[in-house]
Amino acid sequence: MTTLPQAPPRPLARGAVASPLTEPRWIRLVIIGISIAFLSVFIVLPLVVVFAQALASGVPAYFAALADPEALLAIRLTLITAAISVSLNLVFGVIMAWAIAKFEFTGKTLLISLVDLPFSISPVIAGLVFVLLFGMQGFFGAWLVAHNIPILYALPGIVLATIFVTFPFVVRELVPLMTQQGTQEEEAAISLGASGLKTFWRVTLPNIKWGLLYGVLLCNARAMGEFGAVSVVSGQVRGETNTMPLLVEILYNDYQFVASFAVASLLAFLAVVTLVAKVVLERQLAEGQQSSDN
Amino acid sequence: MVKATRFRRQSSLPGFGLTLGISLMWLTLIVLIPLSALFVKTMELTPAQFLDIILSARTFNALKLSFGLSLAAAVTSLVMGLIVVWALVRYRFPGRRLFDAIVDIPFALPTAVAGISLTALFAPTGWLGAPLAGMGIKVAFTPLGIFVAMVFIGFPFVVRTVEPVLADLECELEEVAVSLGANRWQVIARVIFPTLLPAILTGFALAFARAVGEYGSVIFIAGNLPNISEIAPLLIVIRLAEFRYADAAAIAVAMLIVAFLVLFLINRLQRWAQFRAPEL
Repeated sequence: MTTLPQAPPRPLARGAVASPLTEPRWIRLVIIGISIAFLSVFIVLPLVVVFAQALASGVPAYFAALADPEALLAIRLTLITAAISVSLNLVFGVIMAWAIAKFEFTGKTLLISLVDLPFSISPVIAGLVFVLLFGMQGFFGAWLVAHNIPILYALPGIVLATIFVTFPFVVRELVPLMTQQGTQEEEAAISLGASGLKTFWRVTLPNIKWGLLYGVLLCNARAMGEFGAVSVVSGQVRGETNTMPLLVEILYNDYQFVASFAVASLLAFLAVVTLVAKVVLERQLAEGQQSSDN
Repeated sequence: MVKATRFRRQSSLPGFGLTLGISLMWLTLIVLIPLSALFVKTMELTPAQFLDIILSARTFNALKLSFGLSLAAAVTSLVMGLIVVWALVRYRFPGRRLFDAIVDIPFALPTAVAGISLTALFAPTGWLGAPLAGMGIKVAFTPLGIFVAMVFIGFPFVVRTVEPVLADLECELEEVAVSLGANRWQVIARVIFPTLLPAILTGFALAFARAVGEYGSVIFIAGNLPNISEIAPLLIVIRLAEFRYADAAAIAVAMLIVAFLVLFLINRLQRWAQFRAPEL
């Protein structure tokens, strides 16, 4: 009846005999208009600005900024940090999800909220706690200095802070999925004589692979992009403890805007790739859920 | 064995003790011990010293700014989030699925990147900053800039928490209300809104908590003038750089206490809302 038919995904359209089930056309147009304008101007434009600023002095300047030794070192450190922290969170995330999703025990709710805790804590506070532990005046600071073990202002500190802020990602994705899948398939495998580990590899893992990949993807995006926590523990030793987000800040504060936005554009590109992969994985997950429902 | 059966329900799956043990160890090492260091450090202060730090003008202003702006930003995120989620779930328009994916950009974009790009956008010479400056509105390097960054990072939380609930809402309920003579406004206010309220409150709480703790996307656009546009997380970083660890820890503890109090309040509200929501 109009150029803007009302939403079909729910039975609304099917039984839409009376207009009281939706808003007048002009209200619909206003709401859609506000939404598109808000998303375009406020959410998309900041992403576009990154690339526009990065290319402001032309393509050669852009690639020169990225080929700078300092930029290459930052990229390397970011990749190392993400590789270590994501794999640790992957392994321990699966273990935690197994304990939480496959068993019923006292204190489970408390354990789930503790696992979620890093999400509700400021990244700066996440960095601060490691400074309090390992900093010069921290609880273990003197001992670490005496034994010449660098944690703060070095790779271990950066990795620890990154693990802290990305702690919940994998568990959070897996627990609802594994709880919903129940324990019947695993119980069948066990009763047929499969070992626990074999049951996990052959039965559980194929069932959770898309959810696991999804969690790892989000974990990785955050690990590579983390700024606040890493900034606090890194000490920003130039060329040594700068990850890409930290280099973005240093270059920006040096008024090297093109170089800063060039490094930022790599991170923005990572964000776009993550979003596209997320859409694809969500479709896979939805399909997997449908087939398990049938 | 007796104790074990009381502790957990019997299950024929193996690995409970092992995986729970490893989980607790990992959680303790990475999260619990570091967080307790924060409270142990704060315990070194007497209550009077703690209050002195928190109530000193600069710290108190930073906390006031952080919580005040976060609250305002969360309210704005809520309003914009509800408009967007309504359009995405209830209406059909070209590019709807693309716009739905776009909502996640603030989640995916690293905070430092968001920070410098929002600053470039809203600076007096920026694409949006220039026309706004022409109207006499200064955004970047003022508290308004902090607010803008907080809305940017908080708004997706509202959309993503309300979206599934709105999509699952039974339309029969709306049809019944209409057949009983309710008009559209009454249906929205009396049927749809109460059902969405728990999710709305969750989205609001998440947006608020994120805004309070946010650092990366705020510090570039903030201007960072003490007492005027200096947020609490930045003050923690400054105190750490001055090696005033106890001050930093005290500010962090104050932030956590207030944040958890607010979240607790929202949680109570949520229970009340759930209790009031129509049975589906």
